[in-house]
Amino acid sequence: MMTLKVNGRDHQIDAEADTPLLYVLRDDLALNAAKFGCGLGQCGACTVIVDGKAVLSCVTPLMLLEGKQVTTLEGLGTIADPAPIQRAFMDEQAAQCGYCIAGMMMRAQALLMRNASPSDEDIRNELEPHLCRCGTHMRILRAIRRAAGLMNRADLSSEPGAVR
Amino acid sequence: MSTLVLDRRRVLAGSGALVVSFSLGRAFAQDQAAPTPSPPGSLKTSPYLDSWIRIDADGSITVFTGKAELGQGFKTAFQQVAAEELDVAFASLKVVTADTGLTANEGYTAGSHSMQDSGTAIQNAAAQARELLVAEAARRFDLPADQLRTENGEVVAPDGRRAGYRELVAGDLLHVQAQAKSRLKDPATFKVMGQAVPRVDIPAKVTGGAAYVQDMRLPGMVHARIVRPPGYGAQLVDCDTSAVEKMPGVVGVVRDGNFLAVVTKKEFQSVKAMRALSAAAKWKETASLPDQDDLLRVLTSLPSQDSVIFERNDASAVGQSTLEATYVRPYQSHGSIGPSCAVAQLNGDTMTVWTHTQGVYPDRQAIAEMLRMPPAKVRCIHVEGSGCYGHNGADDAAADAALIARAFPGRPVRVQWMREQEHAWEPFGPAMVTRLKASLDREGKIADWNFEVWSNTHSMRPGGAGCMLAAQHVAQPFKVPAPKPLPLPEGGGDRNAIPIYALPNAHVVHHFIPEMPLRISAMRALGAYHNVFSIESFMDELASAADADPVEFRLRHLDDPRGRDVIAKAAQEFLWKPDQRPAPGRGFGFAFARYKNLAAYCAVASEVEVNGQTGRARLIRAVAAVDSGQVVNPDGLTNQIEGAIVQSMSWTLYESVSFDETRITSIDWQTYPILRFGAVPENITVHIINRPGQPFLGSGETGQGPAAASIANAIANATGKRLRNLPLTRKRIKDAIDT
Repeated sequence: MMTLKVNGRDHQIDAEADTPLLYVLRDDLALNAAKFGCGLGQCGACTVIVDGKAVLSCVTPLMLLEGKQVTTLEGLGTIADPAPIQRAFMDEQAAQCGYCIAGMMMRAQALLMRNASPSDEDIRNELEPHLCRCGTHMRILRAIRRAAGLMNRADLSSEPGAVR
Repeated sequence: MSTLVLDRRRVLAGSGALVVSFSLGRAFAQDQAAPTPSPPGSLKTSPYLDSWIRIDADGSITVFTGKAELGQGFKTAFQQVAAEELDVAFASLKVVTADTGLTANEGYTAGSHSMQDSGTAIQNAAAQARELLVAEAARRFDLPADQLRTENGEVVAPDGRRAGYRELVAGDLLHVQAQAKSRLKDPATFKVMGQAVPRVDIPAKVTGGAAYVQDMRLPGMVHARIVRPPGYGAQLVDCDTSAVEKMPGVVGVVRDGNFLAVVTKKEFQSVKAMRALSAAAKWKETASLPDQDDLLRVLTSLPSQDSVIFERNDASAVGQSTLEATYVRPYQSHGSIGPSCAVAQLNGDTMTVWTHTQGVYPDRQAIAEMLRMPPAKVRCIHVEGSGCYGHNGADDAAADAALIARAFPGRPVRVQWMREQEHAWEPFGPAMVTRLKASLDREGKIADWNFEVWSNTHSMRPGGAGCMLAAQHVAQPFKVPAPKPLPLPEGGGDRNAIPIYALPNAHVVHHFIPEMPLRISAMRALGAYHNVFSIESFMDELASAADADPVEFRLRHLDDPRGRDVIAKAAQEFLWKPDQRPAPGRGFGFAFARYKNLAAYCAVASEVEVNGQTGRARLIRAVAAVDSGQVVNPDGLTNQIEGAIVQSMSWTLYESVSFDETRITSIDWQTYPILRFGAVPENITVHIINRPGQPFLGSGETGQGPAAASIANAIANATGKRLRNLPLTRKRIKDAIDT
C-alpha cells in the first residue's frame, strides 16, 4: 500500500512498486485522460503533471511518486467548468480523434504555469516530445496561445479561484 | 389527404423502445405508382425511415448511422443534417453510430463515403419523416398539408394551432420505406447546416471523459495481452507456460497454435506476464521478406494481372518531345497514436465485441466465422479508438478479444496491443510503382499520355475470418482470402490512375499484384496518394519542359469547371504568379486532384524551405482550396483538409516501413519517425468553395495526394532536382543536391 496524491486527494494504492503511474491512474483510479500510446516515452500521450512538471506517466514507476502531487487533465476542470486550457481547446476545436490531446494539454499547462507568455517557438519546443497523427498541430498551437491569453486575463481579474 | 394504416408493431432489438409503423395511403400514391428509382445514399440498402430516425413518445429524437466516428467529426455533421431537415434544435437530437444491434449495415466507414452514403440517407430520411409528420398534423387539423409549416419540433397551422412531433408520433410511429425523392429544404433557408457547429465529442475529450474503447471498464473486466510471433509465418515450437501461470494476477494463458495470450486481473500485470510469456516462447522463423531497398524491382518483377483501364486515341495530336519518369512509394504505416484495443464478452451463447473497427457488420461476419458461431449471436458495437486512417489493427484486436473471451465465459476481456505490435502487425499501406511517359506537341500541350501502376490490392479488410491475425494464428487456421483488385470507378491501386485532364491520347494500365510480401490493406486515400503524387509531379515536369507556369499548364489541360475553380482559388489565395521568385532556399509548389475523379476537389499550393547543407525540407505554408459540394460543417471540413495536408507531409517527407528478411524492423516512433512539432508549418489556410444544394462529396481523403505532390514540386522548385522516390528524406534531397 502506498499513498498517492492525485488531483488534490490522497489515494491508497495497492500495486507493485514498479507499476508505471499511467496504469495506476487508469486501472486503479479509473481516470481516462492519460493515454497509453507507446509505453516508451516516445509519444507524450500519457503526460501528466507531477509537482508542477510535465512527466511521461508510462515510464514513471509508482515508487518514485511518494509524497508528490500528481495532476491529471481531470484535475484541471470539467465540461461544466472548464479550465482555461480546456476552454481554449474547445474554442479552437483543437482535436480530430483527440487521443493525443490530453497529454498535449498537460504539457502546455505545465509550460503556461512557469511561462505565462510563451513565444511560438517556446510552445513548439515544449511540444517536441508529443506526436499527433491526425495533423491537428496548427489548431493545437492556436489553442495553447489562446489558453495563455485566457490565463493572463484571469490573472488580471481579482476574482478568487479564477486561476487554475 | 393521407390515410395512415397501422400495419405492424415491433420492438427494436436491444433498445426497448416501441417503434410503430405505418404504410402510406393516397398522399404518396402517385409517387408509389411510378416505377421506383431507388432512394439516395444508404437508403438504397436500408430503406426504412426508422432505420435512420426515431422519434419516441417522450419527444426524444435519435439518429442512427451505420458509419463509425473515427475522429472525422461526422457525428456532429449528421446531427446538423438531421436537425436541419427535421426542423428541430441541434441539441435536441442524439446520434447513435455503428452497432450491429441497432444501426443499418453500411459496410465500412471508408473511402470518404460517410457524408455521401450516410449523410445523404439521414438528410433524406429526416426530410421524409418531417413530411409524414406534417401529413399527420394535416389530418388532425383537417387542413391541407401545404398550409402547414414546421418549427422547432412542432407542426404549426396558420390559425396558430400547434402539434409537437411527440404527439404526432405517439401511438403511431413511422416504419415506412423511403421514397426515391425527398422535398429537401432550400439551402438558402438553412439554419444548422452550413454552420461551424462545435463538435459534440470534443468537450469529453478535453476533460478526461470516457471517450474511447480504451476507456471502457466493465464490471469484472480482465486484461489481456497477446504474444505475437516475431515475424510473418513464424511457428511456435515450444512454450512452457507454467511459470507465467503462477505470476501475480494471472487468470490464465490462452494457447491455440501460434496464438498466445495471457489474461490478468490488473492491467500492468498483463504487461509483465506478457513479457515473461514472450521470453518463454520459442519460435521458428522464416525468411520471406523482400529487399526493402529495391521495391521498384520487387514490385515490377512479381507476377501481375494487367488490365488497360483507360484508353483514348486521337491521331491528330502529335507529340514532339517525350518525357519518362518512374515513381516509387514504400510501405507506410497508419501509425495510430493509440495501439489497437477491444473488449469482448461471451454471455451465454452471445458474443459482444466493443471495437474501433471501421465495419461492424463485416467484422461480425468474420468473428462469427472464426468462432464458428451464427452471425446473429455476435454483436459488434463501435466505440471510438485512436484515429486509424484506414485498416489498422482494430479488427485484429477485436478478433483477439473475442477469441480470448470465449475461453473465459461471462468475463469481459479487454485486449490492448502494445506499441511494437501495432507497428509490426498492422496491415500497411501498400508499396507502389508508377511509370509515366508523355509527349508535348508544338504548342506545349500534352499529345499523348501513358501511365502504368504496379500495386497490391488496397483492401484486405475482414469479411472472411482469414483476414484477421488471430484466425490466421490458431491451430486450425483460416486461409487468407485471395486478394481482389477494388473495382473502378473508385479503384484501389488504380484509384486516381486515370487522369482527370483532357488528353487527346491516353493509355492507363493497372498491374495488379496478387502476391503480398508484406501484410497490407487500406490506408487513407489508397492508391490515390501515390497516383496523384506521380501524376501531379509529372505535370510539373511537363510544364517545365513546355516552359509553362504549373498552374496555367494544369488549366490548359482541364475542362472540369469545378476543378478549374479550386485551382484558381488556391492560386489566387496563395498569390501565385507565373513570374514568382521564391526566396533563396525556398520553392513554390502546386498540385490538384479530384479524389477518385468523383469525390471532392482539392488544390494545394505550398512553400517549402530546403536546407542546402542538410537536405532537410520543411513545409513553410500551404494554401488549399476544396469543393466538397454542399458543406455541412465548414470548420469540420477545414479540420479534415488541414489534417490531410499535415499528415501527407509527414508520409511524404519521412515515412517508410523497414524490414529485414524475417521481421518488420520499424517497431516504434524511433524506428518509424513521423512529423514532430519543430517541423510543423507556420501557416495552413483552407478555402472552401461551397456548392449549396449539390450532393455531399467525400472529403476526408482528398488532400493526401495533392499535398504530397505540391510539396514535391516545391522541393523541385527550390533545388532544381526532381525526387521521385518516396519518402523525400533529408538524405535523398541532400544526395540529389550534391549530384
